[in-house]
Amino acid sequence: MEFLRPATWDEALAVKAEYPTALPISGGTDVMVEMNFDVHRPSAILDLNRITELSQWEITGDVVKLGASVPYSRIIDELSGPLPGLALAAHTVGSPQIRNRGGVGGNLGAASPAGDSHPALLAAGRDVFVEVASVRGTRMIAIDDFYVGVKRNSMEQDELIRAVHIPVADGPQQFSKIGTRNAMVIAVCAFGFALHPKNGTVGTGIGSAAPTPRRAVEAEEYLQGVLAERGLWESGDLLGTEVIQKFGELVKAAASPIDDVRGTADYRRHALAVMARRTLTWTWNDYSKQIRSAA
Amino acid sequence: MRVTFTANGKPVEADDVWEGESLLYVLRERVGLPGSKNACEQGECGSCTVYLDGTPVCSCLVAAGQVQGREVRTVEGLTDENGELGLVQQAFIDAGAVQCGFCTPGLLVQTDALLEQDAQPSDSDIREALSGNLCRCTGYEKIMDAVRLASARKCAKETSA
Repeated sequence: MEFLRPATWDEALAVKAEYPTALPISGGTDVMVEMNFDVHRPSAILDLNRITELSQWEITGDVVKLGASVPYSRIIDELSGPLPGLALAAHTVGSPQIRNRGGVGGNLGAASPAGDSHPALLAAGRDVFVEVASVRGTRMIAIDDFYVGVKRNSMEQDELIRAVHIPVADGPQQFSKIGTRNAMVIAVCAFGFALHPKNGTVGTGIGSAAPTPRRAVEAEEYLQGVLAERGLWESGDLLGTEVIQKFGELVKAAASPIDDVRGTADYRRHALAVMARRTLTWTWNDYSKQIRSAA
Repeated sequence: MRVTFTANGKPVEADDVWEGESLLYVLRERVGLPGSKNACEQGECGSCTVYLDGTPVCSCLVAAGQVQGREVRTVEGLTDENGELGLVQQAFIDAGAVQCGFCTPGLLVQTDALLEQDAQPSDSDIREALSGNLCRCTGYEKIMDAVRLASARKCAKETSA
């Protein structure tokens, strides 16, 4: 095995081109577990810790460019304003020590359906892009095209994740996750939800209840229709139980979970409907308050 | 491969390090710092917690090659300037927070980090900060006592200083 330590991003891309099977490592919170248990023995490890720009973020216009290695603890401390949904999701990752090392790039690279970032990224909207690069150039992959199978993403072997581009929140966002305790838990299932009042859309993200993280498309379309038809974006009036109930059912229908050690498919479907109703209620209450205080 | 870094303020060098080896293994088996404990090897238990460039991390999840040129501080480095037990270490002894002792090194480092950030944490802050450190003996009550004791002593020391 080789241990490759590029000092710059360009060098990292050159190394990845030369060693396409090299396994990138940054926080190590997934990679080292596999190494310690001998699950996976890659031909080479590509350490990204020396590349400082990967652990930086910046806001240009209405978009956050989040470096792939910005640790979850810094997302919570520094970005809970512009990225509230992702910050809430970050808070449920592992423990403080894990959050000090792990970042969104690792979640995307591993593309596990249980990754905590994914529901929040999907809910943040269709304008979320994963910036990947190789010596051949840079690609912006839309989040909806990124997850392609169980632990598979749409990256090529010579590509590395540079950053994720996420629109600054223009409305309330929530994240909810089911587990057996509050820390060190892999999601039984999870749900991210966001209101996007500027363009009159809503965003959803389902975690751990399908082969990939996925959006509840019909639930989004139903809710967007109701909000537009009844003028609710303007009035901030109550949604009513019927709408909330229907939204929960549509989210539930969008999942295709399995029975496994963490929970049954039935339980996951049930829990998703509950989380969908709750996160919708929480965000809508916040939104109504904003409308009323602005009036 | 060869890895050189700073451990508890002193330069150390480890040779013949396997490329997939963890920082924890290097500390325990190669540079004579067995204080950090090896329990789960997957970041679940926190027994191997050390400071890496001032941030508490699970040393079992840091690849040895990643610490090249960086600073590590382990439980052995929590002693005071005279080499006596540090404030957090003494509080754990005085509160009876140690039973089998396996989780203690990680709890000491994580508690030290918590009190550096917030010298007077609330009980829920303490539980949150220690949520990644498992103890299978104490039921955590004595550990909570120890952190509160360390907090009180740290505040008293800072006031008198």
